[in-house]
Amino acid sequence: MRQDYKTRLPAIALMLWSGLSVAQEASRINLQPPVTKVAERVYDLHTLMLYICLGIFVVVFGVMFYSIYAHRKSRGAVAAQFHENTNVEILWTVIPLLILLGMAWPATSTLLEARDTSAPDLTIKVTGYQWKWGYDYIKGEGEGIRFVSNLATPQEQIRNQAPKGPNYLLEVDNPLVVPVGKKVRILTTANDVIHAWAVPAFGVKQDAIPGFIRDTWFRAEKEGIYRGQCSELCGKDHGFMPIEVHVVSPEKYSAWVEEQKKKMAAAADDPGKSYTLEELTARGEKVYAANCVACHQANGKGAPPAFPPLDGSQVVLGPKEAQIQTVVQGRPGTAMPAFGKQLNAVEIAAVITYTRNAWSNRTGQAIQPAEVAGVKTAGK
Amino acid sequence: MEATHVHGAEHAHEHHPSGIMRWITTTNHKDIGTLYLWFSLIMFFTGGVMALVIRAELFQPGLQVTEPEFYNQLVTMHGLVMVFGAIMPAFVGFANWQIPLMIGAPDMAFARMNNWSFWLLPPAALLLIGSFFVPGGATAAGWTLYAPLSVQMGVGMDMAIFAVHIMGISSIMGAINIITTVLNMRAPGMTLMKMPLFCWTWLITAYLLIAVMPVLAGAVTMILTDRHFGTHFFNAAYGGDPIIYQHVFWFFGHPEVYIMILPAFGIVSQVIPTFARKPLFGYASMVYATASIAILSFIVWAHHMFVTGMPVAGQLYFMYATMLIAVPTGVKVFNWVATMFKGSMTFETPMLWATGFIFVFTMGGFTGLMLAIAPLDIQLQETYYVVAHFHYVLVAGSLFALFAGTYYWLPKWTGHMYDEKLGKWHFWLSMISFNVAFFPQHFLGLAGMPRRMPDYALQFANFNEVSTIGAMVFGFSQLILLWVVLKAIRGGEKAPAKVWEGAEGLEWTVPSPAPHHTFEEPPVVK
Repeated sequence: MRQDYKTRLPAIALMLWSGLSVAQEASRINLQPPVTKVAERVYDLHTLMLYICLGIFVVVFGVMFYSIYAHRKSRGAVAAQFHENTNVEILWTVIPLLILLGMAWPATSTLLEARDTSAPDLTIKVTGYQWKWGYDYIKGEGEGIRFVSNLATPQEQIRNQAPKGPNYLLEVDNPLVVPVGKKVRILTTANDVIHAWAVPAFGVKQDAIPGFIRDTWFRAEKEGIYRGQCSELCGKDHGFMPIEVHVVSPEKYSAWVEEQKKKMAAAADDPGKSYTLEELTARGEKVYAANCVACHQANGKGAPPAFPPLDGSQVVLGPKEAQIQTVVQGRPGTAMPAFGKQLNAVEIAAVITYTRNAWSNRTGQAIQPAEVAGVKTAGK
Repeated sequence: MEATHVHGAEHAHEHHPSGIMRWITTTNHKDIGTLYLWFSLIMFFTGGVMALVIRAELFQPGLQVTEPEFYNQLVTMHGLVMVFGAIMPAFVGFANWQIPLMIGAPDMAFARMNNWSFWLLPPAALLLIGSFFVPGGATAAGWTLYAPLSVQMGVGMDMAIFAVHIMGISSIMGAINIITTVLNMRAPGMTLMKMPLFCWTWLITAYLLIAVMPVLAGAVTMILTDRHFGTHFFNAAYGGDPIIYQHVFWFFGHPEVYIMILPAFGIVSQVIPTFARKPLFGYASMVYATASIAILSFIVWAHHMFVTGMPVAGQLYFMYATMLIAVPTGVKVFNWVATMFKGSMTFETPMLWATGFIFVFTMGGFTGLMLAIAPLDIQLQETYYVVAHFHYVLVAGSLFALFAGTYYWLPKWTGHMYDEKLGKWHFWLSMISFNVAFFPQHFLGLAGMPRRMPDYALQFANFNEVSTIGAMVFGFSQLILLWVVLKAIRGGEKAPAKVWEGAEGLEWTVPSPAPHHTFEEPPVVK
């Protein structure tokens, strides 16, 4: 926490004014401690603005409360009948204009710096999905690494059946890892609806818009773990798709990149291979847990009518082509996204096999990746 | 209901349908004003219940009261109901009652259209509230109905779209009526620059309404055709653009903000001089400031979109233009304070609300200035800071001004003085609990708590608890208003024609309660 007493002062003054006894909350009444230059400038800009507003507040309400005290009928005040005074009116138009100019200057230079995404050391594409984040390292060290980042807080904590952990709702399974002191350019886009990628400590917030690429950047100056949340309403689980960024030393970062590369090579799926029913359902259960439970629920009952059940569903028990089509291409106009671009053929085959053999669905059918690949290419 | 008093007077020379048909067929501006006010009060309590469920869910981390999907529905409907059901119709109700009385006109210009403008509202409200009970529930895309999320919604979304269409038609007809009345039906001698400020602010507001309600209708119609008729306005895969929706929406949305605050400025500008017993400091500059705010409102819309990724030149332009609004708004606040200065003030309930309005609305103005600064806005957008900001200007601004006006004119409407003691309780409870509910939200926003979420991280727990307690007290305090109004309708001290010692204006020349027909012979204004 930034312990600079002076920058706290206005916030504390406001807090005291609010009449709440929240002294123990002193660290939680201001912007998060900045770890980038831009965030630091934003922090200082906020402090400056707070002082200016406080000054105006004191002057305007000083006059008002003085009048309320002194110029009341019960104290024998007799109303003056003056009105209209051109000089006064010009003055209280011009002075605010000058104050605004004083604010506009630092605001402009901060904004120009915040928007300068040129010459990055590392470029990462961030894709918003309902309701998780996908990360692709597309340029710089670690190029080619890609993974999906899901909320790691268990449902029991959210449902109050287990005590909440210290990073409740702000923890993910696969955090974004970046090196300290390097300029990281973030490209944002989305798969379904508008999301927003935000990390307050970096001073970064950027909408992720389906079909468009937008960018922002940060250069973290301190190692550590920084957290943020999706900042644009994106549907049911908008509150459950956090962002977790690990800023590490360049050495640790290189080691992490190596490890990721190895993991990816080992986990590479072979879409040409034929899998057994057991292999597919085991894998499918994991894919289902990461991608489908939010809507269709772990018990397959869904939440009709927006999110139909899969247990006993006509589509799941019907011809497999139709189900493959639904999963690969989605159902336009509904919340069912097209998973064809998010999951590979093995994962789609596995999850379909799982749904066809889970709960009361006992078809005994195994769907092979090759069948999925057929629909995937036909759809393109 | 206050009509029971005027009923007798009116029966002497006219025959009107009685009972429910009287209200359905009425073309009287006072009756229609009353209908508008009751409608908005009902919607205010409906939206208020939604707010309290939202705050109950946010009392503690974890999900206790609502499912996330239902929570989003509540957040969306709370916004739509309060904006289109409570605040806007309440101001139209004030306009109907007061504008003819204040300018010396016998009624509104288009009396039958006036009836129709009101009676469009109940079906729209039924569509909106009814959408909770259809499969999939109400729309959960936020009151801004951003595409493509709104394209995903169920049939509740279509009902909301039709409700917005109907309310838009109602608003446009109301606005046409107000403009025509103000421009053509002023009493002889009442030049525009002699007109009470409330009429001025409503005249300007009415122009804003006519300009932007069709824009909103267009935006939601595009969503409708994207949903059902194969268009792709907001689908990039077919050459559309989701951000276009936001541009169109906020081209409506920003003037809409002033539609909800300019008449509030008007009410406060009537109340302050009355209780300061001193003329408004700068009448002409107030008129010019109102007009400037209205014009500026058309060129600042994209400050709601600083994180969409528009070019930096666009951000700079919208930042500078937005900051400019602080100037005319400041002029207004300075004028009110200068009016109070060296007055002879008393603090009956209307004055308490008006003074409270200046104090808390200005707080909302400060946070508005903060949010105008683009780099700061990027940090604070979609956080509770924004929620705090717009509740300071909409609740402490528009709503408190509506309360000021209600207490100010209630004796004129009902013929009885309201209960001063209850009114003061209403004010102080609301004022304190409002700040307990919303001031901590500034801290939540600064610390990074995003809005529109049913659950939150543990460091936000304390302030949310405080906020919920404040909101509960605020919500239940509003029942006092209902009590005060019902009490004043049923009886109480008889109100004289000129209710307030320092009151000026034509409405105080007619008896209290105002007879069913007033100014059949136009008064002459010197």
